[in-house]
Amino acid sequence: MTDAIVVGAGHNGLVAAAYLARAGLDVVVLESSPEIGGATRSEEAFPGFRFSVFSYLVSLLRPEVIHELDLVRHGLFLVPTASTLNPLPGGDCLFREADPQRTYRHIARHSRRDAEALFEYKLEMRRMGHLMYRLQRAAPDELAAAIGDRVVESAEHLDVEVSAEVADIARYFLDLPPARLRSFVQMLTMSSADFLGQWFESDVLKSALSSSSIIGSMLSPRTPGSAYVLLHHYMGEVDGVYREWGFQKGGTGAVAATIARAARSHGAEIRTQSPVARVLVSDGRAAGVVLANGDELRAAVVMSSAAPQISLGRLLDPGDIPGGAGLVERAARWQSGGCAGKVNLAISGLPRFECMPEPGPHLSGGITIAPGLDYVDRAYDDAKYGGFSERPFIDMIIPSVLDPDMAPPGKHVLSCFVQYAPYELAAGSWDEGQREAFGDAVVRTLAEYAPGIEDQILHRQVLVPPDIEAIAGIPGGNIFHGELRLSQLFLLRPDPAAAAFRTPLPGYYLCGSSTQFGGGISGGPARLAALRVLDDLRTADTAGGGGGETR
Amino acid sequence: MPRRAPQGTQAVQRALALLRSFTPEAPEHRLSDLAASHGLHPSTAHRLLGVLEAEGLIGRSPDSQAYRWVPGAPGAGDAGPSPRHNGLRPLEPLRTPFHRRTAALCESGAWRDWSGYTCVETYEPTPEREYWAIRNAAGLIDVSPLFKYEITGADAERLLDRLMTRDFSKSRTGRVMYTSWCNEEGHLLQDGNVQRLARERFLVSAAEPCLRWFEDCGWGMDVEVRDVSEEVGVLALQGPRARAIAEAATTGIDFGAMRYFDLAAGEVGPVAGGGPVTVTRTGYTGDLGYEFWVAAEHAEALWDALVEAGQDHGLLPAGLLALDMVRVEAGLVLIDVDYVSASHAEIEVLKVTPAEAGLGFTVKLDKQADFVGRRALELERDRGPAWAMVGLEVDWFELERLWSEIDLRPQIVGQPASREPTPVFAPGGWQVGQCTSRFFSPLLKKYIGLATVHADAAALGTELDVEVSVGYGRRRARARVVRRPFFNPARKTAVDPMPRVDE
Ligand SMILES: Cc1cc2nc3c(=O)[nH]c(=O)nc-3n(C[C@H](O)[C@H](O)[C@H](O)COP(=O)(O)OP(=O)(O)OC[C@H]3O[C@@H](n4cnc5c(N)ncnc54)[C@H](O)[C@@H]3O)c2cc1C
Repeated sequence: MTDAIVVGAGHNGLVAAAYLARAGLDVVVLESSPEIGGATRSEEAFPGFRFSVFSYLVSLLRPEVIHELDLVRHGLFLVPTASTLNPLPGGDCLFREADPQRTYRHIARHSRRDAEALFEYKLEMRRMGHLMYRLQRAAPDELAAAIGDRVVESAEHLDVEVSAEVADIARYFLDLPPARLRSFVQMLTMSSADFLGQWFESDVLKSALSSSSIIGSMLSPRTPGSAYVLLHHYMGEVDGVYREWGFQKGGTGAVAATIARAARSHGAEIRTQSPVARVLVSDGRAAGVVLANGDELRAAVVMSSAAPQISLGRLLDPGDIPGGAGLVERAARWQSGGCAGKVNLAISGLPRFECMPEPGPHLSGGITIAPGLDYVDRAYDDAKYGGFSERPFIDMIIPSVLDPDMAPPGKHVLSCFVQYAPYELAAGSWDEGQREAFGDAVVRTLAEYAPGIEDQILHRQVLVPPDIEAIAGIPGGNIFHGELRLSQLFLLRPDPAAAAFRTPLPGYYLCGSSTQFGGGISGGPARLAALRVLDDLRTADTAGGGGGETR
Repeated sequence: MPRRAPQGTQAVQRALALLRSFTPEAPEHRLSDLAASHGLHPSTAHRLLGVLEAEGLIGRSPDSQAYRWVPGAPGAGDAGPSPRHNGLRPLEPLRTPFHRRTAALCESGAWRDWSGYTCVETYEPTPEREYWAIRNAAGLIDVSPLFKYEITGADAERLLDRLMTRDFSKSRTGRVMYTSWCNEEGHLLQDGNVQRLARERFLVSAAEPCLRWFEDCGWGMDVEVRDVSEEVGVLALQGPRARAIAEAATTGIDFGAMRYFDLAAGEVGPVAGGGPVTVTRTGYTGDLGYEFWVAAEHAEALWDALVEAGQDHGLLPAGLLALDMVRVEAGLVLIDVDYVSASHAEIEVLKVTPAEAGLGFTVKLDKQADFVGRRALELERDRGPAWAMVGLEVDWFELERLWSEIDLRPQIVGQPASREPTPVFAPGGWQVGQCTSRFFSPLLKKYIGLATVHADAAALGTELDVEVSVGYGRRRARARVVRRPFFNPARKTAVDPMPRVDE
């Protein structure tokens, strides 16, 4: 008998399955598409050229997940990206390297004050990242008890049970120096441009640093709330160092493959081409799923890693659950419109940036086209009115420099994450013509900084939000399964009635990017969700209730 | 426009400069010193001095083989002694035959002394990219400072069989043997590789000088030991792409047929004629890799050919910091770091046998020949070694636990391998040994170390405490004895290694 079913074999679904299987449960993962990986998939799109189709870098992946699932043994291989280059018009640039002294010198060319302030800024952001790390380790309902009600001592009065970990966090928050608390509130509410303006004077540096505040969000660096997205990215770490990024050998699809190997090693079964149509309910509990082909599969626990429109919408019959109608309706209004596209290029040689034409370490780091706040804001304006950015923001890496196996010797692949591209175009639909026009805008923009690149292109793959929706199964195509704004965070993610990975339907859980922790290749939500399931099963067992059988 | 002196003129200028070094006050110079002080490669200096000698402009001192001032020779320098050194010139650092290439690329300015040679510690300000290149593409490392001895003669095999703990009656031409050598007490002197180039010709590479020891052990044999250290440059090409690069950069070698620890002779460059090179499938990284042994005069051509061929494969020149990281992952011991050579251990307890240094596998007590240290090692076999070299691993959660006490995430990455010994304890108890090489492997995502511990604390899985610095504090981290190598990819020894995407 199957103990647990996980809907979706994106990396989160696989992490959840691995944890459940590791605990001895009989687990089946059901994935609608022929491939596992969801938004992490990689493919050999053209002979010899491997694309990391959507996502491209890893940082948010929780160390707990890496080590508890022994992912290194199963193939995790993260090559660090050492630097960030921001090419500027006229052959100038802003370059940030691993070595802080050199970074100081690069930035001092633009502003000595900023070069100095960067140290302080980074320190503060690391502290904030640490705070988020503490915050995100606990389940949200417990957090509510601890923080909302101000505290541990009062927890007894309120008769809420607070785990030691949460008590810790509560204490942590209470003990925060006022300056840190201020930063936290600022980051939840301010625009990243204003937030960064507190530290820096140089437009190019503010623009460069604001990049991570807009990635994946239909926000401009000048939109209030964008500072939070900045914080979201500072939560990421590599081996304890916040804000480091790594490239998985083979592309991010290899992360999913690695997690799948871990899950299988514990006995989990992964079935592709098995779309789930709805969750089976019996006696007011989840009892399994019905597949699109009508097959039924029974299990005591069902977890879904799909976005809320699916998990809390299509898969449920509102009549089956208390408050179901409201839940389904709220899920339909979930903000998850896409804002980004992906342009993957196969090129005949290394690009020559006007600012640094020769090959060098800068090509193994991130390269971002965001030459000023106005530039990015204008790119956003295009999308605000329903067009794609004529001169887009581009966050680029050259995977084949980080991993020579991504392209034939001497040739390269270029991964361009591009904003903004709305899900719906005001002028018609995303047909072939619009897609190509979008691709052209990207190449044109690149050519302003790397002249000649247009002649190096061998193949081009252009993906826009409807493609993300179609291929990765994310309604609207938002890369995080839903915008990371205060209205969709913490206790509201994805719904006040389903914020603790549990849903109002007993036995049915959420474990994808639309839950606490949010999006990105983190495995964080799935781990917490799986631990929640195991905890609930244990409680049910000791209470003699009908939880899942454990072997 | 500046005019470059044509080749011929340059040689004349150099020869004259050399000649001017010989003065009544400083009448005698050794080849290596002259080469160093004039920035010449020893082989170039040797050639030019040979001409000067043949022309009678300088002479040789009969006993020391050094070059000498010839009174009244035209052109010889007559400058007085330098006021500071009173005639004795300071020794300048030695330069490997690749120095001009490595120096041009050494952006960081971080150099380290290795046996008197100036070597690149890291080319870029941090060794990270060089480290990853070795594991993910290929790294090119100048390891020329190794001491190299050519052993030739009818008794060459006999000498090696007497010196070495491995069985050289089993050595075959075209193979390399990794071996230890000991003193009479069975205490480890060194470890190194021995290439069998021909029936009667071997090349030993060693970290420290051993000419005298080899000669003394070969007393009375029909054998010649020649120090070729300065004549031969060595490049290590290591990493998954090494095969493809090596193939493109040389001619005349069937890399598909080369097994682990094979050697082959070929020529430098994609077309024949670039000068002879010997390639061994060996290295100090635990990865797929080759080492190239080349006469100094062809060294730069070799470097250029490899760099050129490596361009399309992500090759980076790698410095000693990166090398030290990967060799710890490979679990390979380093002389005078992980063990002390008996030749300069001041006190008895510092001396170890091969087995105690983790090199027990190189000791062949079943071999026919008597060898230096044999009897002592037989006794050790019966009583068991007192110490053991083990791999230690501290897992992530232990690191998190230690650092969370000061409310930090583990601060362990970006630090090169530490060579400072740190104590190892029984859990919560007494010291049982020391950890001599250690670092956080970004590849394995674990803190790993090589440690020498009491033999009874060495079983796989044994829990031990190792001292680590956490902030300013010294803490004990729980470690486990694990198998070495820590990292051991199949490609290292694979019969026909080709780079492949790991599916
Ligand atoms: C263009 C792009 C770039 C990105 N770049 C990065 C990056 O560089 N770094 C980073 O950390 N993150 C990045 N992200 C975000 C990150 O990839 C996602 O947040 C993350 O992969 C989502 O994982 P998941 O498992 O929660 O969901 P998904 O990967 O979306 O997986 C959900 C799975 O469920 C399946 N599914 C849906 N409905 C059903 C059903 N009814 N039955 C069966 N199966 C179903 C889907 O097919 C899909 O496979 C990027 C995302 C995109 C789109």
